[in-house]
Amino acid sequence: MSETRPLAASGRRWPRDVIGLAAIALAGGAGYVLFPDSLAFLTRIISIALLVLSLDLLIGYCGIATLGQSALYGAGAYAAGIAAVNGLTDPVALIAVGALAGGVAGLLMGAVLLRAHGLPQLVLSIAFVQLFHEMANKAASITGGSDGLYGIAPGPLFGLFAFDLYGKTAFFAGLGLLLLVFAALSFVVRSPFGMTCRGIKEDPLRIRAMGIGVRPTLIKMFALSGAVAGMGGALGAIATQVVGLDSVSFELSANALVMLVLGGFGSLYGALIGTVIFLGVEHEVSAINPFHWMTLVGVMLIAVVLFAPRGLYGVMTDAVARWRGRP
Amino acid sequence: MPAASLEVLGLSAGYGPTVILEDVSFSVPAGGRLSVLGRNGMGKTTLLMALMGLTKRTGGEIRVGGADVTAMNATARAIAGLGLVPQAREVFKSLTVEENLFVGLKERPRSAIAEAYAMFPRLAERRRNLGWQLSGGEQQMLSTARTILGRPSVLLLDEPLEGLAPVICDELMAVLTRLADSGEMTILFVEQRLDSALNFAERVVILERGRIAWTGTSDTLRDDHTLIERYIGVGALH
Repeated sequence: MSETRPLAASGRRWPRDVIGLAAIALAGGAGYVLFPDSLAFLTRIISIALLVLSLDLLIGYCGIATLGQSALYGAGAYAAGIAAVNGLTDPVALIAVGALAGGVAGLLMGAVLLRAHGLPQLVLSIAFVQLFHEMANKAASITGGSDGLYGIAPGPLFGLFAFDLYGKTAFFAGLGLLLLVFAALSFVVRSPFGMTCRGIKEDPLRIRAMGIGVRPTLIKMFALSGAVAGMGGALGAIATQVVGLDSVSFELSANALVMLVLGGFGSLYGALIGTVIFLGVEHEVSAINPFHWMTLVGVMLIAVVLFAPRGLYGVMTDAVARWRGRP
Repeated sequence: MPAASLEVLGLSAGYGPTVILEDVSFSVPAGGRLSVLGRNGMGKTTLLMALMGLTKRTGGEIRVGGADVTAMNATARAIAGLGLVPQAREVFKSLTVEENLFVGLKERPRSAIAEAYAMFPRLAERRRNLGWQLSGGEQQMLSTARTILGRPSVLLLDEPLEGLAPVICDELMAVLTRLADSGEMTILFVEQRLDSALNFAERVVILERGRIAWTGTSDTLRDDHTLIERYIGVGALH
């Protein structure tokens, strides 16, 4: 009998995971030190990073074409916002409400989108986000409509840390949430469930012939993806204390896809890198020229698609591999 | 899942309007083995695809362990106990060897992967390699091990020796023979290599233009060169 033990089960990936999480924490810490006056912006990056991570679960790990991811983000944002204005003030509970709403919306979206493939699936996803957008717009008595949902006043985090004007509490709450979600997703994508999803992306027929239900597996991933996006939305609602229609817009979905392609899909790190770069460029360049900052993003996107199809994270990992390969 | 009998009754199947397989009937007892022979294009792969529910069936019945699986889709048939090692191997090329095996585990614990490494030690050496980095023989080992890890009661092998070096063929056949001897699985072995097919199973079915042209024992076929030349080809038996 072989003595060989499974790699993932033997936990040899843990040091790499810990280093990755430490790098994210360090990057967050550096952001706090270097940009103390931009904590609200940094928290927005974290919130959107959760959205892009959730998109990566569907596109990068399952091969599902979608441009409707902000419907799940918006579902979480509105659910947390509505719960908050109706008396639920505990931030952790609000994040949980966002996750639940996003998860349920994800189930619904999965049930619809998985009835089609390719281009029809993509069109369905656009219809889905437009539908959510219109629902949020029309249900103004609950959502605030085009004026947005105001009056969100989260209580102190863990009963100790009040949400301050400078956004310190929101930033650290967001960073903690991101680390937790990232650790959980790292585990999920390497689990047999995660492997099955990647197998479905590559060859769904083979997965079926192995006795694994493709649709139930993808539905589960939609629910997980929705929960992650919903947490991102809830974080955004807590941090800005307002939820607007832009949180459930086609534009946000499309931008999230651009961020993912820039960073590199099929990698959780790629999702984070793409978000930071896109929003960083938006923040800096749009301040200089608010009308043409997308030109720079467009050029970057063309360059990445043509010369680095695995995204900027792929470029980085290739560079590290070449460096390690040196004699 | 214990070995189960396989009964095929008047099976007809094809692709779209084209009927490839016509009125095919045979049975394999639980824990038994049967080799299916025939020239290229005679319907061997279509037979396995039809058994797995991966191609259109136009008639007939399929029973696994006495249970009718004819109306089931591919997923349900696999759950009912059918396991296919496809001709093209179809390993997941973007996953490592170990990750491919994880997918094959389904509900079994991760530690069960050790069974695959015991079966094919070469896979343990290559476990960090991606599917596309493997040789044809290693891909075949991986595809076979991945299916066996799911513990099917009936194992369907589609030309597992195609394109492999003799030493790899020997290694693979040794594993398959051990598995068949254990009686843990019923095995349907589709192969073009006549000597391997005859050595593997006592009973043989020959397909010719989608129909069963001959059925009998391996010993009978081995001794009947006229039969071999007619259905398999001149010089098939080395």
